[in-house]
This record gives sequence, C-alpha cells and structure tokens, in this order.
Amino acid sequence: MRCSLAAAVALCLSAAGVCAQEPAKTPIKLDIVNDALPKSLTGTPGNAEAGRKVFLTRTLGNCLACHQVTSLKSEEFHGEFGPSLDGVAGRYTEAQLRLIVADPKRIFTDTVMPAFFRNEGLSRVRPEFVGKSILTAAQVEDVIAFLKTLN
Amino acid sequence: MLQRFVGLAAAGLASASVATCAFAQETERKGIPAPPGHVFKTIISGYEFRSKETRALQDDDLENPGFLAVERAADVWKKVEGTEGKSCMSCHGQAETSMKGVGAAMPKWDDKLKKPVNLEQRINICRTDHMKAEPWKFKSQELTDMTAFVRYQSHGMPVTVKSDGPMSPWFERGKAIYYTRFGQLDLACESCHERNNGKFMRADFLSQGQTNGFPTYRLRDQRLVPLHERFEGCMFDVRAEPFKPLSDEFLALELYVAWRGIGLPVETPAVRN
Ligand code: HEC
Ligand code: HEC
Repeated sequence: MRCSLAAAVALCLSAAGVCAQEPAKTPIKLDIVNDALPKSLTGTPGNAEAGRKVFLTRTLGNCLACHQVTSLKSEEFHGEFGPSLDGVAGRYTEAQLRLIVADPKRIFTDTVMPAFFRNEGLSRVRPEFVGKSILTAAQVEDVIAFLKTLN
Repeated sequence: MLQRFVGLAAAGLASASVATCAFAQETERKGIPAPPGHVFKTIISGYEFRSKETRALQDDDLENPGFLAVERAADVWKKVEGTEGKSCMSCHGQAETSMKGVGAAMPKWDDKLKKPVNLEQRINICRTDHMKAEPWKFKSQELTDMTAFVRYQSHGMPVTVKSDGPMSPWFERGKAIYYTRFGQLDLACESCHERNNGKFMRADFLSQGQTNGFPTYRLRDQRLVPLHERFEGCMFDVRAEPFKPLSDEFLALELYVAWRGIGLPVETPAVRN
C-alpha cells in the first residue's frame, strides 16, 4: 500500500500533532512502506523522556499494562499479555516500531495490542473517544523515541 | 514479510518476565474438567484467581460481607408488598426448599415472553404480575439483595444452563458478542478472559471471567455487584459504550458465559477485589 499522508495527518503536522485527540472526523491514513512507517508522524523526532511517561501513564499508552521492561523495574506492576520489550530496538527498525505502535494488527494479525494511531473501524466506541486515536502523533513519536532506548 | 515479524515476536516472548508475583509461582489452580467441545480444558472459578485473604473472607460465612445482603433479603422475602397483599413467601413458601437449584440454572426460557429471563428479571416479573408491586430498579439494593438471596439457595450446586432449543439463537448471539472486539481499545471478552487468563494486566490478575459467584461482593465498591454491572464495567474499561443492563445483548451474553462455566459450583455471595 503506497498512499500519501491523508488530510487528517497533514492537519496534525500543522497543529504540531495535538489534533489527534480533537474530534478528528477524517480517518487517519498511514503511509505504509514495506510493513513499516518510515516517515515521522510529526515530521520531527520524538522525545524519549516524554515517551517514557506516555508508556507508563494509564490514560495514555499504558504499555506497561501488557509489557515488561527491565529498565522500568522501579515501577510496580508489569503486565504479561505481551512480550518483554527489552532489546526491542535491536529487533526492529524505527520504521517498523512506528507501525507496530500505530496499528499493530497490520503486523501481528489478531493481536490484542490496541492500535494507538487509528480512529475508525472500531465498534461501539464511547462517545468521548469517537473519531480520536488513543495517542496523538506527537505521543506516538515520543513512545518510539523511548522504545529506541531499549537496546 | 509477516513471517519475519512473527519470528521476532517469538524471540521477544522467550525473554524472561519481570512481573513475577505470588500468583505466577502458584501451582495449578483447581478447576473442573470441561465437557467435550468446550473452549477450556479446565473450567476455573474466579475464586481460584484471588488472593488467600480474599478467598478466606468468602469462605467465612460470618465475615463474608455478602451475607448481610442475604440476611436483609431473607426478611424482605416474608414482607407483604403490592396491591395483591402478597409476599414472595405467599407463593413460594420456604426459600430454602422452593428456590433450591433455581439460581443455578439461570437464565431460563420464559414461554410467555418467548425469551430467556435472568434472576433479576424473574424476581421483577413476580413483583409486577403476582404481587402487583413496583419492579425494583436494576442495581437497587433491594433487587441485588434478593438476587443474591435466591441464588444463595443454590450454593454449592453446579451451574447448569440450557443452550439448545429456543435458547440456541440466544446462545449464538451471546457467543458472537463474547468474541467481538469493542471500544477504542478494540478488545473482546475473549482477549482478556480466554487468551490471557492467569496473566497480569498491570495490577489486574485475569480470571476466566466466570459468573458462578454473582452477585459478587466487591471489596473495591464495598457492596454487592450484579452481573450486568460487571459486564458494563468490562466494556467501559475498553472505552466501549456498554450495552444496557438487562438488554437482550447482556441476556444473551449471560447465557453464553454461564455455559462457559457449566458445572462450576454456585458461590454466591462470592468476594472479589
Ligand atoms: C492489551 C495489551 C497490549 C498493550 C496495551 C500494548 N501491547 Fe504491545 N504487544 C502486545 C502483544 C500481545 C504483543 C505480541 C504481538 C502478538 O500479539 O503476536 C505486542 C507486541 C509489541 C511489540 C513487538 C515486540 C516484539 O518483540 O516483537 C512492541 C514494540 C510493542 N508491542 C510495543 C508497545 C507499546 C509501545 C505500547 C504502548 C504504546 C504497547 N505495546 C501496548 C500487547 C499489548
Ligand atoms: C481489558 C480486559 C478485559 C476485557 C476485554 C473484559 N474483561 Fe472481564 N474482567 C477484567 C478484569 C481485570 C476483571 C477482574 C479480574 C478477574 O476476575 O478476571 C474482570 C472480571 C470479570 C468477571 C468477574 C469474574 C469473577 O470471578 O468475579 C466477569 C464475569 C467478566 N469479567 C466478564 C467479561 C465479559 C463478559 C467481557 C466482555 C463483554 C469481559 N469481561 C471483557 C478484564 C476484562
């Protein structure tokens, strides 16, 4: 699939990535190349420290709900639904990680991992979340920057 | 392309888990063998997934806070209400004998309504049709207490539910709902309670999501929680718009999930965190 960034994402770029949590009526289109997302969703690199926060915060990524990470062992509860993310930066390229976080079902068919940058094709979404992705483009980039520290 | 990712994922799975908690070291949880064609080999009550303390609280009839509800409803059982001048007891006599086994076999087909009804609905049908009293609201203390009281009369009896005949389309509907992903998090009942039971989701330790303990005393809420409220909670947590309590959807789901726990002993009033 070789489509260009759709209007929704383009808009996000201009709004510095904060618009994904606004009622985005336009479906997010991902610019997938070879099962990966080579382009940054914001056009700029993310911040690893901010990404760590997104990773841990229950109302944001809450990635720790399902994954274990040794460098976060000061945190009390590490989930077991998914694999340990230790060394994940060595297993995947940045572009692959971006697609895994944005829409993991494109890679792992039938996975329980939610798509963090998708805003359509879901069933009975609670009104306050309709048309919104779980994370903003900027938050996805921050998480990617954090994942790159896991090598 | 996919192959490569799958291989890598497997490598990731092999690495050691940081989350080693008391439960993970616990040996096999006790359960009952599932009938042929069931999704599980062993059907396990939510009781087995809870801490020693929580289990001890459930097991102690004097300490188990759920029994306060059972005792309250035992009095209401005898209380005349409505314009017919009747109590539950006027028609049913001693609950200990007349209600034995009733709560273990719900939801049941209702020939008049041509649909399955659960215990809450059955109780309200008795109130409106036979007592000419106001139905109790779902989640009201009265309705949840009485549901617990009636179900308690089946304590220890195996869950049995009919899923054939006219129940069959309802069973299939419940099954479809069980496997449908809902909400912004895009998770199904199956995602958590079938695929991942026995695992932690952050601080939550996942059970098979069985219904044999309902209504259940939740330590978090400090009150008895009816089954459809639990269903609502699970859907809400995945950022889904829950179905309405006592809706056809939740009735179908109740039937199907009861079947998944067939043979488990009724534990009402169970204690959960
Ligand atoms: C509800 C559970 C769940 C949540 C929440 C979750 N994941 Fe996952 N994740 C999984 C599962 C399960 C897999 C394994 C893929 C599969 O299903 O085959 C996975 C796989 C991955 C992988 C690939 C790991 C490997 O070694 O192959 C990465 C990277 C990843 N997740 C990152 C994240 C990040 C970052 C977040 C939060 C923004 C997150 N996950 C949130 C369940 C989850
Ligand atoms: C995101 C994960 C998740 C999903 C999806 C989910 N649940 Fe749950 N459920 C939980 C957690 C956590 C608990 C509390 C711990 C336990 O008993 O598993 C729970 C508890 C329950 C219980 C109480 C079990 C007991 O012994 O008291 C039932 C019944 C239940 N869920 C049914 C369902 C049904 C039906 C669905 C689908 C509509 C569903 N759940 C979807 C996480 C989930």
